[in-house]
Amino acid sequence: MTRRRAALLVRTAVLAGLVILLEICCRTGIIDPLTVIPPSEMIVSMVDHIGSGELNESIFNTFSTIILAFALAVGFGSLAGTLVHRFSRLRDVADPLLASYYSVPTFIFYPLLVALLGLGKAPLVVLGVLSAAPAVMISTLSGLDGVPPILMKLARIHRLSAARALWWIVLPAALPRLFTGFKLALSYALIGVIAGEFILSGTGIGYAISFAYQSFDNRAMYGLMLFVLLVAVTANGILYVWEGRLARRRSVG
Amino acid sequence: MTEQSHVVLNEVVRRYEGPPAVHALGPINLTMRRGEFFSIVGPSGCGKSTLLDVLCGLVRPTSGSVHFEGRELRGEVPDGIGVVFQEDSSMPWLSVRQNVAFGLRTSAKPEKEIAELVDHAVSFMGLAQFADHFPAQLSGGMRQRVCIARTLVLRPRLILLDEPFGALDQQTRLLMGDELLRLWRETGATVLLITHALDEAAMLSDRVGVMSARPGRFIDMVETGWPRDRDSRIVSDPEFGSLTARLWSCLREESLKTMGRAA
Amino acid sequence: MNDVSLEAGLSSRASRRRMRAFDAVVLTLLTMALWQAIGSWTKGVAVSPPLPTLLYLFGLLRTSMFWNHAAATLAAFLLAFALSALIGLALGLIFGLKRFAGEVAEPVLAGFYTIPKVTLYPVVLLVFGLGMSAKVAFGVMHGLVPMTLFTLGAVRNLPPVLIRTSRVLRLSPDRMMRWVLVPACLPDIVNGLRISFSLSLLGVLIGEMFSSQRGLGFLLVNGMAQNNVPLSTAVVTVIVVVAIAANTLMLRIGRPAERRANWK
Repeated sequence: MTRRRAALLVRTAVLAGLVILLEICCRTGIIDPLTVIPPSEMIVSMVDHIGSGELNESIFNTFSTIILAFALAVGFGSLAGTLVHRFSRLRDVADPLLASYYSVPTFIFYPLLVALLGLGKAPLVVLGVLSAAPAVMISTLSGLDGVPPILMKLARIHRLSAARALWWIVLPAALPRLFTGFKLALSYALIGVIAGEFILSGTGIGYAISFAYQSFDNRAMYGLMLFVLLVAVTANGILYVWEGRLARRRSVG
Repeated sequence: MTEQSHVVLNEVVRRYEGPPAVHALGPINLTMRRGEFFSIVGPSGCGKSTLLDVLCGLVRPTSGSVHFEGRELRGEVPDGIGVVFQEDSSMPWLSVRQNVAFGLRTSAKPEKEIAELVDHAVSFMGLAQFADHFPAQLSGGMRQRVCIARTLVLRPRLILLDEPFGALDQQTRLLMGDELLRLWRETGATVLLITHALDEAAMLSDRVGVMSARPGRFIDMVETGWPRDRDSRIVSDPEFGSLTARLWSCLREESLKTMGRAA
Repeated sequence: MNDVSLEAGLSSRASRRRMRAFDAVVLTLLTMALWQAIGSWTKGVAVSPPLPTLLYLFGLLRTSMFWNHAAATLAAFLLAFALSALIGLALGLIFGLKRFAGEVAEPVLAGFYTIPKVTLYPVVLLVFGLGMSAKVAFGVMHGLVPMTLFTLGAVRNLPPVLIRTSRVLRLSPDRMMRWVLVPACLPDIVNGLRISFSLSLLGVLIGEMFSSQRGLGFLLVNGMAQNNVPLSTAVVTVIVVVAIAANTLMLRIGRPAERRANWK
């Protein structure tokens, strides 16, 4: 058995074990049922609420906001990254900013955004973009930096046009790092939007969870929480596996 | 300029503006005969790589002219020249076969013909077994073979190699030298090999040019007189020893000059 | 030739520094201008312009009310950061040294990183109640994982020859850790601390924004609720300045360690 598969098995076993432990503790009353409900009930609650269709609009709102924020972040981030890479003077200014960017809790701007743009999709999208775009920018810079100069020379030897050099050489060479940026962007956009909905919004899944909590509806709250966690883990998991495949082909061993 | 002259460099000089200003190369006068195997040896930093850049049109000379097949190079790379670099230029995201086929992507040839050319180049360089592997799975020597195969598939009339075997161990180098000779005979191309290994130059070439320390100029031209069907076993020929000795006697002083400068 | 190139290099570096300083000033002015524009365009409803904000801030810094809140945030943050750093370091070392355990744990940790932890906050509140322990727990939730991952990565990327050398020198495990492991991993550990710092702060602030009666996060949200725009803007400014200053400081601290470790 390969090491990776063994690790996967152990991991699954440990996680399953923890879930079972939680289930037992909840059922036997070791953990107060008013605090945490058993995992099995979480699943039932999730299926109930999501399946009933009452949250369809919220789900649609949240995920459309996330995807919009993601797309804008990727667009702006790649463009900005490419420009900064091209002009070294811009880069000298941008590098320290990017290095410090994620030290600032961007989230604190959210109330200001709501005051500025109203209580709707707009501040959520902006928050998502503010969270995700710099990651794309950083990975674009890293990707472009990582194109071996010898390949650019090769492009000239083969007399490739600028467009072809970009499409056939620069993009494939930079792809692994670009992809890491996209993965982070999705993650940050998702976190940003749901956090925003949770703290201060009128619609969306985040708001639904917050509402359930305020209404002491633990069952609904946990069911929705589980849903969000599963979506986040699945989406990121898919990208993570994809990223691994990209990297493995090109690296030794 | 005769029928036989394939490449002509006339009073080529290359300077860099700086700061600091550097006189990197020249004046260089060189005529390469069609189909000859010509090597250049010289101390490090003498401008050998600059010469190659000028020869293939990547860089324009500050003064002087470069003519390839009768036409002057004006800053673009002409058709018919293949280059193998010192660094590994294989593309890690393409398989061996795809790497080799890369050179033909811009050609208008039909797919079937491309596949045939690629297969031929791949097997010629002994890579048939690894055709669907990726560069990361290959050794340094094999990766260089991929780069050579990619150049070969274009059927270039002039092949430039810039210390292609620099990163390889001695034994692999000798074998790769044999491969290079096979390639030369098969394609009938004119070959320019830049190397710092004197024995390599002496063994492989019809003619060896010795360059001085920076700014690089030719201080000696040695005709080897080897037969066309030579290979690495030529090292046992006594002539080989005296050739290498002659190259070193020219080169030693220039190398010392370079080292003194660096120290 | 060498003297000429050295001199030329120095003068070009000096001119680059001058250009960078100039660009930094231009950037600051542009930011202020943008801030001013947004502030006046919205007539101070959303954001208060730079000058009024600064004036309000100076007044605010003299009130005890502000410092009480700041102290609350600071206390929660320091505790959260300390816990994240120490536990993260320990876990990272363990997972880095015990390769298989590390392989099992890493995807789980990386996965946790991508979850919107805000959604778990109600659980934290239910378990820890409303108060400082909830804020600290939330801060640790954010700061622990990156510290672990960075340390894990650092240990794993240690050149094996260093460990072999330690064995040949017959160093005790404690000494190996103190004399070899930690110094070699120091740059990554410092980086982990830097990230953990920012994220622990974020966690504590979010916790305060959601459910607390004390702290800068609360002050921010309260300011919005009471329509006290200068207050909110001032609090945001304070947080931004502190965060960037701390981050820059930690970057500077990390540099000599990085240079020593990467002397090759």
